[in-house]
Amino acid sequence: MTRMTGRWSIVRLAVAAVMFAVAPLLIAQAPYEATMGLVAKIVYFHVPVWFMMFLAIFVCGISSGIYLFRERPAADRLAVSAAELAVLFGAMGLTTGPLWARVSWGAWWVWDVRLTLALILEMTFVAYLLLRKYGGPGSDKLSAGLALFGMFNVPIVYVSVNVWRTLHPSTTVVPTLGASMAGPFWWCVLAFLALFLVMLEGRRRLADQEAELDRLRLAYDEEY
Amino acid sequence: MPSTSPSGSFDFERLTVRGVSRHYGRQRALSRVSLVAGAGEIIGLLGPNGAGKSTLLGVLATLIAPSRGRVLYGDRPARELGAALRRRLGYLSHDLQLYPELTAGENLEFFARLYGDTRPAERVAAALLQAHLTDRAGDRVSGFSRGMRQRLALERSLLHGPRLVLLDEPFTGLDERSVGDFVDRLRGLRAAGCIVLLATHDLDIVDGLLDRAVVLRAGRTVPLGDAGGSLRERYRAAVADDVTARSLRRGTARTPGGSVGGRSELPGDDWRARTPSDA
Amino acid sequence: MREVLRVAWLVLRKDIRVESRSREVLYTTTFFATSCVLVFSFAFVRSGRPVEGAESGIVWVALAYAGQLALGRAFERELHHDALRGLLLAPVERGAIFAGKLLGIVLLMALVEVVVVFFVALFFSTPFFAHPFLFVGLLAAGTIGFAGVGALFAAMLARAQSRAVLLPVLLYPITVPVLIAGVNGTLALIQADPNLDLARFWLALILFFDAVFLTLAFWTFEPLMTE
Repeated sequence: MTRMTGRWSIVRLAVAAVMFAVAPLLIAQAPYEATMGLVAKIVYFHVPVWFMMFLAIFVCGISSGIYLFRERPAADRLAVSAAELAVLFGAMGLTTGPLWARVSWGAWWVWDVRLTLALILEMTFVAYLLLRKYGGPGSDKLSAGLALFGMFNVPIVYVSVNVWRTLHPSTTVVPTLGASMAGPFWWCVLAFLALFLVMLEGRRRLADQEAELDRLRLAYDEEY
Repeated sequence: MPSTSPSGSFDFERLTVRGVSRHYGRQRALSRVSLVAGAGEIIGLLGPNGAGKSTLLGVLATLIAPSRGRVLYGDRPARELGAALRRRLGYLSHDLQLYPELTAGENLEFFARLYGDTRPAERVAAALLQAHLTDRAGDRVSGFSRGMRQRLALERSLLHGPRLVLLDEPFTGLDERSVGDFVDRLRGLRAAGCIVLLATHDLDIVDGLLDRAVVLRAGRTVPLGDAGGSLRERYRAAVADDVTARSLRRGTARTPGGSVGGRSELPGDDWRARTPSDA
Repeated sequence: MREVLRVAWLVLRKDIRVESRSREVLYTTTFFATSCVLVFSFAFVRSGRPVEGAESGIVWVALAYAGQLALGRAFERELHHDALRGLLLAPVERGAIFAGKLLGIVLLMALVEVVVVFFVALFFSTPFFAHPFLFVGLLAAGTIGFAGVGALFAAMLARAQSRAVLLPVLLYPITVPVLIAGVNGTLALIQADPNLDLARFWLALILFFDAVFLTLAFWTFEPLMTE
C-alpha cells in the first residue's frame, strides 16, 4: 500500500513541479497589460490561489459533515488537512492581493467584496485551527461543526458584503482576461490544483501516520 | 412505572460491555473493559482516581461514545435506541446535576416533567419523602449541606424509575445515618430488579452490599481475587498484583529479543482471561 | 412537534426561574452593554455630535458583545453542577433542549436591547422608531440568528478547554453577515432620508441566515453533544 501511494505521490509531485517550471515562460510571453504594467501579472498567481482556498474550504466542510454524521476518523483527517491548506492559500491570497491593490487602487487594503469575503473565510479557518489546538480532547468534533457552518456561510457572507460594499463608491474595474491571457491563466490554475493535491495528500498521510502511531502506542500501553 | 409515551416501552434485563476502549488522542481513559450485569445486581466499580470509573459510567450513560467495543442494552446498542433508552437510565454524576437557585421541589419537578411524568406532584412528594427532605421542599438547594444535596440528587436520578442506575461516588458527604438509608435504598433497587453500577472509594461501606466488584486501574480491569478477607484487603491485593504484573511485563518487553512479537497480535485476544466479571 | 415545544418551554421556564432568582446574567450583561455604548461614544462623538450613522454600529456591537457574555454565562451555569448532562440524558428530542436554551438567551438579549436602544436613543437622539416594525424586525431576526449560532457553539464548547476565549473566536467569523445586515439595515432606517427597500433587503438576508443556521444547528446539535 505504501509503495503504491508513494509512487503516485512522486508522480503527482513531478507533474506539479513541471507545471510550475513551465508557468513563468507562459506568463512571460502573455501580453503585457498596458495600464497596470508588470503588477498585472500577479493575476496568474493570485486568482488560482483563491480558487484553491475555496476548494480547500469545500473539501474541509464536506468531510467534516461526513465525520460528524458517520464518525469516520479518516474524514476528520482529510478535513484538518484541507483546513490548513485553506488557511495557507488564504494567507497567500491576502498577501498578494494588497500588492496589486496598491498599484491598482492606490491603497493596500480596500473593502472590496472579494477581499472582505476572503478575510472573513480566512478568519473562520484560523478559528478552526485555534479550536483544534486549544480546545482540548474532543475538539475534533467541535471543529467539524465549525467547518460545516463556515462552508454554508460562504454564499451568505458574499451576498452581504456585496450589497454592503455597493453603498460605498467603487474604485475600479478588475481587468477582464483577453483570450491570449486565458491560456496561461488556466495553466496556472491547473498547476496550483496539482500543488493542492500534492499538499493535501501529503498532509493527509501525515495525519494518517500520526493516527497509526497513536494506535500503536495505545496498543502497546494496553498490552503491557 | 407509568410510561407516558410509546418510546417508554423499551426495557432490558441485561447490560453487556464488550471490549470497550475510549481514548482521547494519545490519552487513554478506558482500555478493553468487559463486563456483564443482570437485573437485580449491584456492581461496584472500584479503583483509584483517574482509573476511568467516571468515563465508564459516561459511556454506559450514552454520553460518551466508545472508541472501540460495544455496549449492549439487552441485545441492542445505544445508537438504535436513543431517547427510549435514556428513559431507562438513571445517572448520578459526581457533580450533582441540581440547580442551586431552585428549591428542592422545583428541581425534582423540572426533571419529572422533562421525563414526561403525567403526575409530577405525586412523584415529587414521594421522592422528597425518600430523601427525608419533605420539610425542606421549598428551600433553595444552595442552602443545603452536601449530604442533603446528595440525597436529593439521588432521588432526582431515580425519579423516573430507571432500569440501569449509574452512581458516581454517591457516598460523598453523607453522614452515617444517611449512608444507612442509602444502602437500604440500593437494596430496594436491587429487589426491584434494577441493574446498579456504583463507582466508589468507600470500600468499607459497600463491603457486603455489592454482588460483584470490578476493579479499574489506568483504564483496565484488574482481577479481584475471591480469597477471603474484607473487600478492602482483596482490593489492595488486586491493585498490588497488577502493579507487579504490569512492571514485570514492561520489563520483559524492554529486554532485547524479548517476547514483544510473541505476544498475541490480535487486540482483544487475552482480555477475557483478565476480566473477572465476564463469567 | 408539540413534544418539542413542551420541552423547550420547560427548559425556558426553568432558565427564567433560575435567572429571576439571581438576576446575575441580566444585570451584568445590561451593565456591560451600557458601558460599551459609553466607550463607543468616546470614539464616535466629534465636537459634541455623533459621527453620522454611528448609532447603528454602536447598538449592534454592544448587543453582540453583551450576547457573547450572556451565552458564555448561560452555559457556564449549566456546566457548573454538571446539569447539562442531566438535560442531555432526558428522554427527549435533544433539539428541544437546544430550542429551550436558545429562547432563554433570546429573551435575555431582548431585555438588554431595550436598555441599550433606550440609552443610545437618549444620548444621540436617534430616531430608531421612525419605522418601528422594520427596526424591531431587524433586531429580533438578528438576535435570533446571533443567539442561534452562539447557543450551539457555547453548548458544544461546554466540554472544551479555554472555552471562554474560544467562544468569541468561533462566533464572530460566522455571525458576520448578521452584524453587517443589522448595522446597515438600521442605518438605512435612521438616516435623514430612510431607504425602506434597503432595510427590507437586509431584514430578508438576516431571515435567510436564520433559516439556514437554525436548521444547521438543530441538525448538528445531537452529534455535537455526544462526546
